[in-house]
Amino acid sequence: MEPIVKEEAQKEIDKFAGTPVYVHLETTNGAYASHFNAQAHNVGAFIRNANVTYEHGKIISTGGGYRVGLKLELGWVYAEGLTDYEVDEQNRLLMAGHDEQGRLMVALEISETPFAHEADYHE
Amino acid sequence: MSKRVIVIFPHPDDETFGAGGTIASLVEEGAHVTYWCGTLGEMGRNMGNPVFANRETLSIHRKRELEEAVSVLGIDVVHLGYRDKTIEFEPLEEMVTHLRTKLEEEKPDLVLTHYPGYAVHPDHDALGRAAVEAVKEMEEPPELWLHAISNDSEKDLGEPAIARDISNYWDTKWKAIRTHLSQADGMVDLLNREDQLERMKTERFYTGDQLR
Repeated sequence: MEPIVKEEAQKEIDKFAGTPVYVHLETTNGAYASHFNAQAHNVGAFIRNANVTYEHGKIISTGGGYRVGLKLELGWVYAEGLTDYEVDEQNRLLMAGHDEQGRLMVALEISETPFAHEADYHE
Repeated sequence: MSKRVIVIFPHPDDETFGAGGTIASLVEEGAHVTYWCGTLGEMGRNMGNPVFANRETLSIHRKRELEEAVSVLGIDVVHLGYRDKTIEFEPLEEMVTHLRTKLEEEKPDLVLTHYPGYAVHPDHDALGRAAVEAVKEMEEPPELWLHAISNDSEKDLGEPAIARDISNYWDTKWKAIRTHLSQADGMVDLLNREDQLERMKTERFYTGDQLR
């Protein structure tokens, strides 16, 4: 992954507009947040392979990172805190936000084909 | 016949961080040890530092890292095929049957897993619970060693019956930790604190009769 270049990311977002896509959306502060800090609360959510079609999408710079919003016919897909991106060899747009130690805090990924869903390896 | 040990944890690296020294010492004592790894850690948030993995490639890295780690520890690995972060949502009875059937084939002398309810990560608690139930259902149940992590474990459960000084196997454990490159940095930071390092050189386990 590389630091997001807004104009390039916008072009990639535009490419998927108007066609059915699979979305992986995720945020987490880790499974150990409250183990290391009793005041902290473990928070996380993910949805994998939401099958949506967005009319348009936009990426907004926040100074330290980026927000992305995808407008659906009946709703929105939204992510804040994105910092890095890549288009992988399967032409999927992968975006993520990492903290100063490289830990993933948020991810938004868009693909024309489903993301691997079952465990990747069966004995 | 050599002692047969099955280690059951959900993530690539649990075997090393939680029990690497113990595993290395059991291997040196002549035991045949197999790691049954529940998932590939697909949903981990450590992506290397600097970042070299992403959500879609993380499992490939972690599987490869685990292959190196088990080679350092001198053990085999079997993948159970569950998905990271979702174990607690699988039907418990199905997992228990899955594990009991496999355990009855292997007939281990010792099973090492997480102490359910005291292992912090939901996957640890869920797979530990299934493993404990599977062992309980066996006609000739193996010995159970249970790794607890949560801060309140000693307050609730008392002292673990087993405390293994693994100083002599620290080099092996360290080498195995380093193979888990995508995940190791957080742990390595922790080890820079002298008190934590000393703690890591003793591995503690509750026994089956300490279950409540």
